[in-house]
Amino acid sequence: MRRIHAYPVRLLLLAPCLILLSWLGTPLLAHSATPEEIGLKIATDTSARGDGFGNFTATQAMVLRNKQGQESRRQLRVKVLEVAGDGDKSLMVFDEPRDVKGTALLTHGHKQEADDQWLYLPALKRVKRISSSNKSGSFMGSEFSYEDLSTPEVEKYTYRYLRDEPCGDLTCTVCERFPVDKKASGYSRQVVWQDKDELRTWKVEYYDRKDAHLKTLTIGKYQQYLDQYWRAGEMNMVNHLTGKSTVLTWADYQFRTKIRERDFSKTGLKRAR
Amino acid sequence: MPRRAARYPLALTAIWLAASIVAVDAHAEIEFAAWELSGRVSLEGRYFPQTGIDPRHQSSHTTGFVVEPKLYVEEAEGSSFTLVPFFRYDSADSVRTHWDLREAYALLFGELGEGEWEVRLGADRVFWGVAESQHLVDIVNQIDFLEHPNGEVKYGQPMVHVTWTGDWGALEFFGLPYHRQRIYPGQGGRLRFAGLVDNERVEYESSAREWHPDFAARYSQSFGPLDIGLSAFNGTSREASLVCMPPACKPTGVSDVSNVWIPYYAQIRQFGLDAQLTLDAWLFKLEAMHRSGERNAIGREREFVQAYSAVAAGESGFDDLISIFRKDDYVAAVVGGEYTFYSVFGSAADVGLLAEWNYDDRGRRALPRRQPMTLDNDFFIGARFAFNDVQSTEITAAFLTDASRDTRTLGVEFDRRLFDQWSLHAEANMILSIDPLDVQYVGRRDGFFEFHLEYNF
Repeated sequence: MRRIHAYPVRLLLLAPCLILLSWLGTPLLAHSATPEEIGLKIATDTSARGDGFGNFTATQAMVLRNKQGQESRRQLRVKVLEVAGDGDKSLMVFDEPRDVKGTALLTHGHKQEADDQWLYLPALKRVKRISSSNKSGSFMGSEFSYEDLSTPEVEKYTYRYLRDEPCGDLTCTVCERFPVDKKASGYSRQVVWQDKDELRTWKVEYYDRKDAHLKTLTIGKYQQYLDQYWRAGEMNMVNHLTGKSTVLTWADYQFRTKIRERDFSKTGLKRAR
Repeated sequence: MPRRAARYPLALTAIWLAASIVAVDAHAEIEFAAWELSGRVSLEGRYFPQTGIDPRHQSSHTTGFVVEPKLYVEEAEGSSFTLVPFFRYDSADSVRTHWDLREAYALLFGELGEGEWEVRLGADRVFWGVAESQHLVDIVNQIDFLEHPNGEVKYGQPMVHVTWTGDWGALEFFGLPYHRQRIYPGQGGRLRFAGLVDNERVEYESSAREWHPDFAARYSQSFGPLDIGLSAFNGTSREASLVCMPPACKPTGVSDVSNVWIPYYAQIRQFGLDAQLTLDAWLFKLEAMHRSGERNAIGREREFVQAYSAVAAGESGFDDLISIFRKDDYVAAVVGGEYTFYSVFGSAADVGLLAEWNYDDRGRRALPRRQPMTLDNDFFIGARFAFNDVQSTEITAAFLTDASRDTRTLGVEFDRRLFDQWSLHAEANMILSIDPLDVQYVGRRDGFFEFHLEYNF
């Protein structure tokens, strides 16, 4: 009861100040956006520039390397469908290692609530709904986590712009991003280098929950598709704690293919092979 | 009068293959866009530390191999044909040396209004359900019990499987024209009664025998974090009632080596529900079913002995004997949950804990007389350690305990990839304690260790 009474009173007191602020402050704000606002704007612009691709298919090859240089391979096919107003839907089918061949992972991404995920196990022909809260876990024993491979929805982070600095022939913005759901993420923050021309991400540093520099991702071999959409050809993730690394090579990108919404249903998942 | 059972006929296989290819051909002029051959070869061994119930024929170990290739052919429009033959060689049991067509089906699909249709024609495997301790509502396929007593391996089932999918969910219909009988181990095999089950002499309630047309249907949908499935089945039971019929079997029970049992398949109707609620790292699971038509002998031993005597004296036949077993409706359920701790102690490993309760209301009716029932009031506790390393090392442990009897079993499995194409599987199935009145008592000495060295291509 007390709170209800107090609230309008305080609001009334504030009202003259707000008017004053809006009168004085409007031109001022436009010139000096906070680092948080700049960071958010870069993320929003990046997301907007990626919109409208419709769908694409591609293959991923991973080479996992341990400290001694021993290698192990992963091979998978990916289908991604853009969903207006929500997160993307994706379907990953494993080709290698051969003992998990045909295993498929269906993800219905969401902007705010947790993603929906189903796993198809070909040996039993079983579709299993799985928890999507395992963001920080290793993907197939690689240095990539599920979090690293999922589309970074704008709403899932808060941002802070740090500085501009040269990156190769380009100029990059350097921004920090902080996960909104701190429990689900394996990181306290990420530092992201993006070029100013095309907003492509060239480097990401990952800091663990104790804020130690855990991993660095460098991205390269970008190619543009449909005269608009930039996609990386190679991603190299190095774990500074273990000395292990994973090189992820993307190939066979095809945009606006025949894939449909129905391929991303549980029935479609059973058809994956 | 009993008839010889037809083995899964080669002719039927040929018909399915031809029909499937014609179906793909009719859908589009054959223009194969992609084909692929994959599969596995597995060297396997089993070791039983204890002497079996029939030491004259059974041995303490068996070795063998499995070959299971998979051929997949896809035409330009996405229709496909899948062929998965299976062969197992077993050194100890000639019956366990067996082959099957796990899959041989044509797959067609297309748009239907806002949704889509899909047809699978041929032999296929279908999985329904969510639980781990048993697959209660799963009924379309017969279990390949020779492969493993856990019931995870299934025979290919000839079917016409039609699916209609939309935003409202998925509706599936199954036409099942042929019944696959459950095959029981032979004389050299373990995991059996002291006596054998006659795989050649099978009884059906339906006069159409294995050709009785069975039907099944399922509706499934996801509502946010909730996945549900409602299913119905009408037709020949996949579970056999084992009948003691003179003169090959005397009413001396399952421990008598000389008894030969006859499998009998009733006409049943089953309604099933499976549901899973997925909330963060929690999975809550429920499977429940109601079945009518299955026969059981609970509380009718005296009547059975009388009928048995009449059959033995030549006064009546198998039908009179089977009529002693009344058709009883029953319900059964599995309810439980699973919780996963991710990246435990700062490592990459995940630890999942599972608990499920199995209920079958026939157990309650049987309990006053302490008659054998399995999974009638049993708790299952499991743990899964996934190390998330390059070799995908995984250890699972499953403990099953009967709440109303002194029966406890423990299973531990270990899986690890050795190289990119080779992997290792080891498991221990231990019987910690078994109640003499339990139906599984006859298998009390059949705890075993199993090893697989698998090559995947």
